[in-house]
Amino acid sequence: MTASFKSPAEPKLNNLDLAPSSEPGISGDLLEVAMGPHHPSTHGVFRMDIVLDGERVIRLKPVFGYLHRNHEKIAENITYIASMPYTDRLDYICSLTNNWAYALAVEKLVGLEVPERAEYLRIILGELTRFQNHASTIGFLIQEMGASGTPLMYAFREREKILDLFESLTGSRMMCNYMRFGGCRVDPSAEWLDQVRKVVAGLPAFTDEIDRLLTSNEILMARTQGIGILPPDLAVNAGITGPMLRASGVNYDIRKIDSYGIYNRFTFRVPLGERGDVYDRYMIRLLEMRESIRILEQALKNVPGGPIVDPKSKIRGFRPKPGEAYGRIEAPKGELGFYLISDGGPNPYRYRVRPPSLVNLTILEDMCLGAAVADVVIIFGSVDIVLGEVDR
Amino acid sequence: MFGEGILKGLAETAKNFFGSYVSADRLTTVEYPEKRLEPIEAARVFPFLVYDGGDWQAGLRCVACQICEKECPPKCIYIEKSKDKKPDAVGKMQFYPTRFDIDVSVCMSCQICVEVCPFDAIKMDKLFELATDDRFGGLILDRGMLAKSNQYFHGIHPTEAAEVDARLTAERAKSAAKAGAPAAKDAGRPQPPPPGEK
Repeated sequence: MTASFKSPAEPKLNNLDLAPSSEPGISGDLLEVAMGPHHPSTHGVFRMDIVLDGERVIRLKPVFGYLHRNHEKIAENITYIASMPYTDRLDYICSLTNNWAYALAVEKLVGLEVPERAEYLRIILGELTRFQNHASTIGFLIQEMGASGTPLMYAFREREKILDLFESLTGSRMMCNYMRFGGCRVDPSAEWLDQVRKVVAGLPAFTDEIDRLLTSNEILMARTQGIGILPPDLAVNAGITGPMLRASGVNYDIRKIDSYGIYNRFTFRVPLGERGDVYDRYMIRLLEMRESIRILEQALKNVPGGPIVDPKSKIRGFRPKPGEAYGRIEAPKGELGFYLISDGGPNPYRYRVRPPSLVNLTILEDMCLGAAVADVVIIFGSVDIVLGEVDR
Repeated sequence: MFGEGILKGLAETAKNFFGSYVSADRLTTVEYPEKRLEPIEAARVFPFLVYDGGDWQAGLRCVACQICEKECPPKCIYIEKSKDKKPDAVGKMQFYPTRFDIDVSVCMSCQICVEVCPFDAIKMDKLFELATDDRFGGLILDRGMLAKSNQYFHGIHPTEAAEVDARLTAERAKSAAKAGAPAAKDAGRPQPPPPGEK
């Protein structure tokens, strides 16, 4: 990891083919700026050490760990089920998909079957989570360009409706703690499903509104097009996943490749970008929101009845047989994986999270080199990270 | 035309601006604390202990089995088990907690304690206005503060409380029938489902 941070700045700058930023004949020093850890654009406690030549970034070093909470070691010292509420706190915008990934890993470890109804609920809640995550990410991105809050507040108005659904089902707006090994915790009523249908029916109007508000906005295009380009080969080599990878034109969606849960029963498209710049990442998120609505509409058509949790599943005295398992899902930010090793005890022997935010962040320097310092904020915003997941 | 996108966006903002004067569902915020939202039945904040009957010390369902203490993810529960036994709500001799503290500054409202409790003794409360000027002692709730009646439980989670009551009555009737009709008076508490531990 350290190798990638030691930036070979000069060759990369030559490749970018930029005009020299400083006038010939005028001598000056490089300026080192510490952006963060308390900076409005960094979504939390994150620091970037930037070396500037005039306005141009020639080196950038991401510094993280300010929010380190020892998640993995704590999980190795408590029971399996007790880690479930802790996974809510990883990516605290999308707690339900975190629950899902962890539940999937444990289900693989012990071989639990998830009932049909629970699978539908997981799809519905996962796609609602993806929708509200992308909506607020777009809002945050535009806010970082200086549009002080209008798109963000529109996104939050919509997100509020979805969070209300989460609260009335799981009891908490953001820390849902809903999935269980082999199913879900609470059986939703028919009224709750009707409420979901009502909210989902209103979502296309919101995506259209965002589309009219932003997509053809000249200022947005000027600020984002051609900025922070991530070439597809670099993205693949760096292990980037999620909307960032697809914005670079690589067709890789775990919902299609792994088809975990019952995703193979639904028709949806995987939007792909062309240039891999910030604008493409914005567009990908908008298009994925539309695809999420399509999945939701199909899933809500016929939610089957029946149990919501595998009868073999138990909460107390849960001791999986020795073995290992890796469960991964397409979280809104990318591939979220949980790797578990069991030695037969009540606690996992090894518990490892593969967080999409951290891996997507490692490529930040390569996208920012040669960009103006004002663009760094936008490029950083387009990565879509949550520091709870980066530092864990 | 250059600037068309900006004008289109501005039209959208104008629509929202004026729309918020005519349609109420555009206004999602509520001016707390003057106005409050409808309470949500599933809401959970911090745990409390349920007791049957009128006296909390006599009717506490908790038998100090310490499962919740062990399973609590952030370890915010502290229990001291009694040396002696005393009759519970239905007259069966049980241990009881001489001390039951929850540090709500550590509690993360996850509801695991509720799920693991075999006696339906601990449930989630909805009170959230718990500000105090004593940040250490004031946030540790002892068993007296935690104990709340079954009626209160019915008031905040009616569906769940009805389910619990139906289950408990059935179990009590079963154990009463097992102990024989004459002894029904002191046949008592429902036996918990066997804990799945080896």
